[in-house]
Parts: sequence; structure tokens; C-alpha cells
Amino acid sequence: MTLASYIFGIASALVAFLLVVEMLRRRRIRERHAVWWLIGTIFALIISIFPDLLTIASRLVGITLPINLVFFLSIGIVVLVCLQHAAELTQVEAHTRSLTERVVLQDLRIAELERRLPPEAEEWIAD
Amino acid sequence: MRTGLDSTLIVMPAFNESEVIADVIAEVRRVLPGVACLVVDDGSSDDTTARARRAGAKVATLPYNLGVGGAMRVGFKYAIENGFSNVVQLDSDGQHDPSFVPVLVSKLASADLVIGARFAGEGEYTVRGLRKLAMAFLAKTLSATAKTRLTDTTSGFKAAGPRAVALFAEHFPAEYLGDTIEALVIAARSGCVIVQEPVGMRERQGGTPSHNPVKSALYLGRALIALSFALVRPPHSLQEGAVA
Repeated sequence: MTLASYIFGIASALVAFLLVVEMLRRRRIRERHAVWWLIGTIFALIISIFPDLLTIASRLVGITLPINLVFFLSIGIVVLVCLQHAAELTQVEAHTRSLTERVVLQDLRIAELERRLPPEAEEWIAD
Repeated sequence: MRTGLDSTLIVMPAFNESEVIADVIAEVRRVLPGVACLVVDDGSSDDTTARARRAGAKVATLPYNLGVGGAMRVGFKYAIENGFSNVVQLDSDGQHDPSFVPVLVSKLASADLVIGARFAGEGEYTVRGLRKLAMAFLAKTLSATAKTRLTDTTSGFKAAGPRAVALFAEHFPAEYLGDTIEALVIAARSGCVIVQEPVGMRERQGGTPSHNPVKSALYLGRALIALSFALVRPPHSLQEGAVA
């Protein structure tokens, strides 16, 4: 590994990490959605600074090519994020549905209340 | 601008508290007659709403669970729409003693946010181990942020004055632990004056408190993360002119 590629690796990891932190800071992303990205970028940062760790870790789990461990972990994190998004989306849909139900029921109640108003209240009723 | 208890709204976030909610409301009405009180049912799956209504409280029922922060936002917005100057957060599990509300509200004369602190010599409330460590660290850091001595930063028993109510209606955090740690940071960095007042704290009247080392460690980690994000975020501006 040349010095240039070593520095390039660290810089890339640092940019990714700082991007996530900055998005959190500006409330562009909620903590709960950022957890996996934070874990991933911190890992990337550690491994870019100490590449030997990757070799040691690969040997521990019996992977011949260290780069394959990187791919495995990266894919793992992406899969976890996708799963989390699917779960959150399901919840958001459920929330939207319950909000819709509530709005419809309120509409009915308001219409019923308006129906019972005296005739002179006609002017307040919006169509 | 009215001040004091007659312009104070007590907001009680409640999640599955049907066992105790009626007793707690009854006590609030006995100890603080005539003080307005809004129960925010945070999407309970039991009959919390019905029991709170029967006990004579006004109840806002959320269609699904938003967490304490989300429930409190509703309370702050209701307070603004209905002309209340102050909001007092009171847990609906009976841990907070309503007889301390008047003293918290009286302190709002010279502060924007008053925290009812549990270890300041009143009552019997103890924590141990990691959780204690976490609370001590949080207290130190938040005291520095708020430029005042705070000993109990995770207390939910808080009174907010007009400036804090205006701020919180827009920016009260709905994240986990946001209603305690991040709320204090937001208030302090927006220029709110924060003070604490010793209160006695009681054991829960119903349900089960959670205390085990794994949970405490998790709590510590999450608290630290919440704190660090709160501290690096840009502060909100406080609308001046809302001062009572």
C-alpha cells in the first residue's frame, strides 16, 4: 500500500463520517436512522487508519482475502439499514392509516354537529 | 399576561397508566383545586383515556404512541392556543407530588425553566451503580451548559414559563431521552434561565420500574449519545418579547 492510497482511504472514511455527523447536527436525519451509518463509518475510519486490524480480523474468522471481509461487512450494514427502513415504513403506513381513519370519523362528527345547528348559523358552515 | 397558578396548565403524559391515572388526577384536583390539567394519552392500549375522563380531566388522545416528547409537544401547543403562560409536566404514574407545583410555578418569576430535582435533600429517592454514574456525569455537563448548578437532569417534573413554552411548542425534542437531556440543552442554549428546586419524589403507585445492569449500561450509552448530539447542534433563537 502506497502512502497516497493510505491517505486517500483515511480521507474517504473521514468525509463519510463527517457527512453523517453533519446531517445529524442539522437535524436532517434522526438519531435512530443514523445509528447504522455511524457504526459503518466509524468502522471504516478505524480500518483505514489501522489496515493491519483488517488482516488480523480476516484471519480470525477464516477469510483468506481481507477485502472480502470488508465487502461482507459493508453488505451486512446495507442489509440492516434496508430492513430497518422496511420496518419503519410499515410503521409509518400504519400511522398514516390511523390518522386517516381519525380524520374521516371527525369529518362525520363535524357534519353531524353542523346538521344540528340552528338555520341562522348557516353562514359559518364552510362547504 | 396572567401569571401564577391560574395561568398554569398541568400536562400529564400518560401511556398505559389505567391502574393509577384516576388516583393521580384525583390528587391533583384535591391539592390544586381549579388548576387546569390536560392528560395526553400517548396511544395507550388500555382504558387510560376513559378513566382519566371519568376522573374529571381533559384528555387529548393521540392516535398512536409518540413518546413523552411527542406528548409534551401537544401539551405545549395546547397551552399556547388556549392562553396559558406556564406549563408544568407531571408524570401520571404518581411519582411526582403535585403539592410541589405551586413552588415550582412561583420560581418561574425569575426563571424560564424550573426543574423539580429529586436528590436535593427532599424525600426518599435513591439510584445506584451505573445509572447513578450516568446521572452524575449528565448533571455536571448540563450544569456547565446551563451555567447553574443542576443535580437531577433526568427529572420529568418541570415547570416552563412563557419563553420556554414558546420555544418548546416548536422545538421540544421527540427523540428517546430528548424530553429530559436535549430539552435542557435546547433551553439553555436558546438563552432560557434554568433553575432547580428540591422536590420529594415518591415510588411509582403502579407498574414496574426497570433496574438491571444491562439496561443501565444501555441507558448510559444512549444518554451520552443524546447529550453529545444535543451539544453540537446549532441553537434555536428565542423569540424575545414573549417575556412575562
